[in-house]
Amino acid sequence: MTTMAERTHTTSGSAPEAASSTKTLTLGKAVNEGLRAAMRHDDKVMLMGEDIGPLGGVFRVTDGLQAEFGEQRVVDTPLAESGIVGTAIGLAMRGYRPVCEIQFDGFVFPAFNQITTQLAKMHNRTRGAVSVPVVIRIPYGGGIGAVEHHSESPEALFAHTAGLRVVSPSSPQDAYTMIQEAIACPDPVVFFEPKGRYWTKGPVDLDAPVGSATLNSAHVVRAGTDVTLVAYGPSVETAVKTADALAAEGRSAEVLDLRAVSPIDTAAVVASVRKTGRCIVIHEAPVFFGAGAEIAARVTEECFYALEAPVLRVGGFHTPYPVAKHEREYLPSVDRVLDAVDRAFAH
Amino acid sequence: MTTTNGSNEAIPTLQLLDPQGNRATTRGTKGYRDRAAALTPEDLRGMYRDMVLTRRFDEEATSLQRQGELALYAPSRGQEAAQVGSAYALRPQDFVFPSYREHGVLQVRGVDPVDRLRFFRGSDHGGWDPNEHNAGVYSVVIGAHTLHATGYAMGVQRDGTPHDKRDGTAVIAYFGDGATSQGDVNEAMVFAAVNNAPVVFFLQNNQWAISEPTIRQTKIPLYQRGAAFGLPSLRVDGNDVLAVYAATQEALERARMGEGPSFIEAYTYRMGAHTTSDDPTRYRTSEQEEEWRGRDPIDRLAAYLRAEGELDEAFEAQVKAAGDEIGAHLRTGVRALDGGAPVSTFDHVYATPHGVVSAERAWYEAYEAGDPPAQQYAIAETTQGGAR
Ligand SMILES: Cc1ncc(C[n+]2csc(CCOP(=O)(O)OP(=O)(O)O)c2C)c(N)n1
Ligand SMILES: [Mg+2]
Repeated sequence: MTTMAERTHTTSGSAPEAASSTKTLTLGKAVNEGLRAAMRHDDKVMLMGEDIGPLGGVFRVTDGLQAEFGEQRVVDTPLAESGIVGTAIGLAMRGYRPVCEIQFDGFVFPAFNQITTQLAKMHNRTRGAVSVPVVIRIPYGGGIGAVEHHSESPEALFAHTAGLRVVSPSSPQDAYTMIQEAIACPDPVVFFEPKGRYWTKGPVDLDAPVGSATLNSAHVVRAGTDVTLVAYGPSVETAVKTADALAAEGRSAEVLDLRAVSPIDTAAVVASVRKTGRCIVIHEAPVFFGAGAEIAARVTEECFYALEAPVLRVGGFHTPYPVAKHEREYLPSVDRVLDAVDRAFAH
Repeated sequence: MTTTNGSNEAIPTLQLLDPQGNRATTRGTKGYRDRAAALTPEDLRGMYRDMVLTRRFDEEATSLQRQGELALYAPSRGQEAAQVGSAYALRPQDFVFPSYREHGVLQVRGVDPVDRLRFFRGSDHGGWDPNEHNAGVYSVVIGAHTLHATGYAMGVQRDGTPHDKRDGTAVIAYFGDGATSQGDVNEAMVFAAVNNAPVVFFLQNNQWAISEPTIRQTKIPLYQRGAAFGLPSLRVDGNDVLAVYAATQEALERARMGEGPSFIEAYTYRMGAHTTSDDPTRYRTSEQEEEWRGRDPIDRLAAYLRAEGELDEAFEAQVKAAGDEIGAHLRTGVRALDGGAPVSTFDHVYATPHGVVSAERAWYEAYEAGDPPAQQYAIAETTQGGAR
């Protein structure tokens, strides 16, 4: 078993900032800075993907990295997702730490076989002799008015596969820290980036410590007493806005950002729900067989006598992701979460 | 020779020993003949020994399966020259990505025969430490490992290993005729080509993918696939250990010298069933099998060595004794494999603690001890760190 040493990074860039190492960054730029920090820290870290070199990726998340680290470490690959992940596995077996960018959520499926039958199992298949520290970055989720295959949330498919870790940041700070922790982790990590929040700004401490906490632990975004809103990735913002609306009504909601869908920080969810007695899970992915179902089952088992109402879920429907014209209705909105809260209080 | 995909001798095929074991002196093969000529009599006897031991391993494994000691076995009978010949061209620092049938390669690589059967016993998903032998474990999802080979070779490039025909590092991927249809195999060649990666794609065209003849996979001779990706590609008589050795050595040296990937089609025949669960009588004729028995790769090398006066009874007896030793080792070693304690299922799922596995393991251990806690799935025994 490997334990990861804590480390700190010095601020990148040349601007002689004030004493503070905290900057305001968008979430996308925070991932970029996290990648840069990880690549400076460990020269085995490399990036692979389509259009990630001179273009900097279709979302510019790898902007400037090929210029800094060269074509051997920031690789514009052939247009083949299975090839990207499959060769990343071989690179990892040779001691590298590849970070693969899948251009959009809907294009991860050509690599699904490599991720589930190879990446997830190589460590187990070799009884621990081989580790494959590969990170798969996937911009995911909707709300950007895109065409088919560009707005999906397939995290449950990966969380259902033992051997993978599945995480998603909700804030620039977490994006910065989590990408570094994912890269440092000896396990494969599927790293879902909420593309609808790429432009969300927030403070980022570039010297924040890098360990493994964000890959395993949920985080209370807002403390409250009457209902627990469990979310991750893009839905955390929805949960916070719902909590604001509830506060105006005199109800106190606790917002828990899971960060990780595999593993689920069950202890954190349970601690919150034992306090509030009500639990609503929010995600963009379809509710049917989604992460919310797993959380509801766990909460029911652990908090049965503390629950004032059944655990409710707000998320996507059991339809293909809708056309852009309908996505506002499909995505979990503040209104739909408020409706669920009302139902929970009706019990 | 007439083959199942309708091709014939007109397909250029490197051969250094004809089926009767005579040196073939086809024009334009001097470079390969020189490579084979550099093999000492000890080398040749070593190849012969490893081919015979591979076949012995096959027979022992098949009978262990018949006795119910193995869940399954995939015999390599008929492919000994392709496997042993190519493996003899490897250097210790080279890395092998096998499929599930490369028992001859693993024999040469020094993987313990018992370890090679752990997977087929159902006591292990792998069986050995890849880094100990520079050989990956069996790969069952057809073609998937060829991408790992290319990626590994891209790592070799980035390590800045020397470009040297002996001291450089090459990677070799073994796969079958059926596998050539997989997207992964094609992607592996694309990635290898554009990166100039030091990897050799070693196809054993044994003419069958379970029940499907090669004609179900291709309209063209398969070695042409490699060429289409820009790889130097060669078809060799896969039952001619000298030709296989020479061709593979050339390709590996090219890789070690930084000159990029190559493709070899070793044209051979799967003499046995696909696996112990298969019934070849349903899809192929005994005439075909009979014809290929006449092209047995072991007989061919033996005939050559005898004619050269390099195979005496004393050596044959030594090889036989070594085979008996493998048989005895397998019969006791395999029966002793039990997969370990059931709780070991929870080992090595992740390299670092994962709350779900930790919790399920804790519950299972308590259950086994007769003291299961009320909650099965909920709380992880540990979550590392904390919220910031
Ligand atoms: C992706 C995938 N599909 C199907 C199978 C089932 N299967 C196992 S071996 C095999 C045939 C492989 O033929 P070939 O590549 O020629 O290799 P050979 O068995 O002849 O060595 C098939 C279909 C598999 N293992 N993987
Ligand atoms: Mg075959």
